[in-house]
Amino acid sequence: MNMLIRSLLGACAVSALALPALAQQTTLTIATVNNGDMIRMQKLTGDFTTKHPDIRLQWVTLEENILRQRVTTDIATRGGQYDVVTIGNYEVPIWAKQNWLLPLDGLPEDYDADDLLPAVRRGLSVEDTLYAAPFYAESAMVMYRKDLAEKAGVTISESPTWGEIFTAARAMTDKSAEIYGICLRGKAGWGENMAFLSAMANSYGASWFDMDWKPQFDQPEWHDTLTDYVTIMAEAGPPGASTNGFNENLALFQQGKCGIWIDATVAASFVTDPGESQVADQVGFARFPNKEGVDNHGNWLWSWNLGIPASTTKAEAAKEFVAWATSKGYTELVAAQEGWRAAPPGTRTSLYDNPEYEKDAPFAKLTLASIDGVNTDQSSVKETPYTGGQFVSIPEFQAIGTAVGQQFAATVAGQVKPEQALTSAQQLTTREMTRAGYIK
Amino acid sequence: MARKVTNTRKWIFTCLAWGVALLIFFPILWTILTSFKTEGDAVATPPKFLFFDWTLANYREVQARSDYFSHFMNSVIIALGSTALGLLVAIPAAWAMAFQPGKQTKNVLMWMLSTKMMPAVGVLIPIYILFQRMGLLDSRTGVLIVLMLMNLPIIIWMLYTYFREIPGEILEASRMDGASLWNEIRYVLTPMAVPGIASTMLLNIILAWNEAFWTLNLTTSRAAPLTTFIASYSSPEGLFYAKLSAASTMAIAPILIMGWFSQKQLVRGLTFGAVK
Repeated sequence: MNMLIRSLLGACAVSALALPALAQQTTLTIATVNNGDMIRMQKLTGDFTTKHPDIRLQWVTLEENILRQRVTTDIATRGGQYDVVTIGNYEVPIWAKQNWLLPLDGLPEDYDADDLLPAVRRGLSVEDTLYAAPFYAESAMVMYRKDLAEKAGVTISESPTWGEIFTAARAMTDKSAEIYGICLRGKAGWGENMAFLSAMANSYGASWFDMDWKPQFDQPEWHDTLTDYVTIMAEAGPPGASTNGFNENLALFQQGKCGIWIDATVAASFVTDPGESQVADQVGFARFPNKEGVDNHGNWLWSWNLGIPASTTKAEAAKEFVAWATSKGYTELVAAQEGWRAAPPGTRTSLYDNPEYEKDAPFAKLTLASIDGVNTDQSSVKETPYTGGQFVSIPEFQAIGTAVGQQFAATVAGQVKPEQALTSAQQLTTREMTRAGYIK
Repeated sequence: MARKVTNTRKWIFTCLAWGVALLIFFPILWTILTSFKTEGDAVATPPKFLFFDWTLANYREVQARSDYFSHFMNSVIIALGSTALGLLVAIPAAWAMAFQPGKQTKNVLMWMLSTKMMPAVGVLIPIYILFQRMGLLDSRTGVLIVLMLMNLPIIIWMLYTYFREIPGEILEASRMDGASLWNEIRYVLTPMAVPGIASTMLLNIILAWNEAFWTLNLTTSRAAPLTTFIASYSSPEGLFYAKLSAASTMAIAPILIMGWFSQKQLVRGLTFGAVK
């Protein structure tokens, strides 16, 4: 009996000691997207919680578009459901100007914000204040099959022109063997085909708007962009290309069915992974092409970033987490656990100065050159009133970009001629921009 | 000769029915098959139907990454809770409209149905703000109430149709025998309406289980059901089709099993009153 009473008293004492600790624990709700780097971060958070025993992490992982809608609703209504949100560099400046995000000042001294790649940091800052910390970033580049190029007797230079790419794509195509010279995004969406086509248009000297916000689809640069895109897709692209996005093209390239794939630099780690790709040892890289005589390589820049909503009541703990997840220390932790190749790319200069990373990631040099070459403040060779590379950084762009993307996808499917699609794009963009008050 | 023709027709119709059933079921079958493939096999061209390296790795990965049981329990509570609450409101409403119709009954029924025609997103912001003020965001109670309200017009309409099939003379006879209103509902109406109530209940459970708009928008983690569990495996950048298929299979399995065992009631419920 005594034993039982002692045991009960002991249990009560332990509980009494543990309860205050539990009561003081802060729970952070983190909204994130489902991709390899983010999932890896979730697995490695033991390092953070060991260093911060008073902080508990709760993950909400959602598909990108659902997450965007969900987080926008919550932040706009100050719902306070999330303490840390994963957002793209499209949202960061727009949300920061709405005061929906907390400025990331007062980060720990060893965070070393000056180590962030300048192009990436610029895209996440408003008036030199950082509003989100980059977790990983990407530009776009050419990935091609060295063996197919050699067999076809063509070469692709490190900084190719579109002419070079088209010639190589045609030469590599062997439709009877299901090998397609070029795989490009065709699926409609502002973040799908329009990401690629906006960057391609930039490299052709086109722009979305002139200084009076008048759409520019009636200009010859857009005509050349779309005509060349549709022509090469018909001659050297895979069947059903109008429904192909990043994932579909990745699958085709990994199975050896694409000669050239031009897409996000983050794909480089997938196509060179021997565990996933059948052509891992045959991949060559080059910069995003430009049209002969136009000094512009598309200015594609996307980053996934961690931001803190203004509605959170746990700002200090959230800042601790953001600093940990985007620090140099985190990169080293990933390298120690899974090798340098798995380190989140595109955010820190120090990663690209690291010879071990360069040895493990053959695409590192080109990725850095692609990101360093981006200027989102001036994405076209023409003067523009907007910022953003493969998108226009205005709230209306999601709707307009997707509507225009549907017109352009129809050209790849052969339902509409490029001229008709451009006329429709011009009309619908003018209508929406007038409605939104940009065009007086 | 006549018998032979009948048999041939029977065979044709049987084959046709099987063909249509397989066509409808094929996406689910493909999802289940994909869940046992590697990510490479999942996107292989030409597609691999049965001859691939079968693996359980996706299920292991999904189990390790997500708390399936918590999502499952939320789905069960939300689906059963909203159905029970809905029936509690709908049975008296349908009874009143079927047996004591007023001048405006038809209009009321049409008005209720018309609320289903409004896109849900149209009321997202007001409901979100209401939920925030009432502390109902990410709570099972909140989702349960919303789903009950969303499905209420369908439940009332279904029950109304069933109740209308019950001859009024039987109720009149019970009244002549001295049955009170309560006894009339309990001993006469309910036993006759049980099949109808059961099929309405089953259909509502399925609708609530599969509902993805409100559950995705009003929950984050504590009340998140299986729809959010599936959504966490979809990705536009990276090949996760096999894992997504495993998550989908795990999410639909309970409702698929329930549907299989209750198919007779469901079919009876859906076709009741369709042929006179």
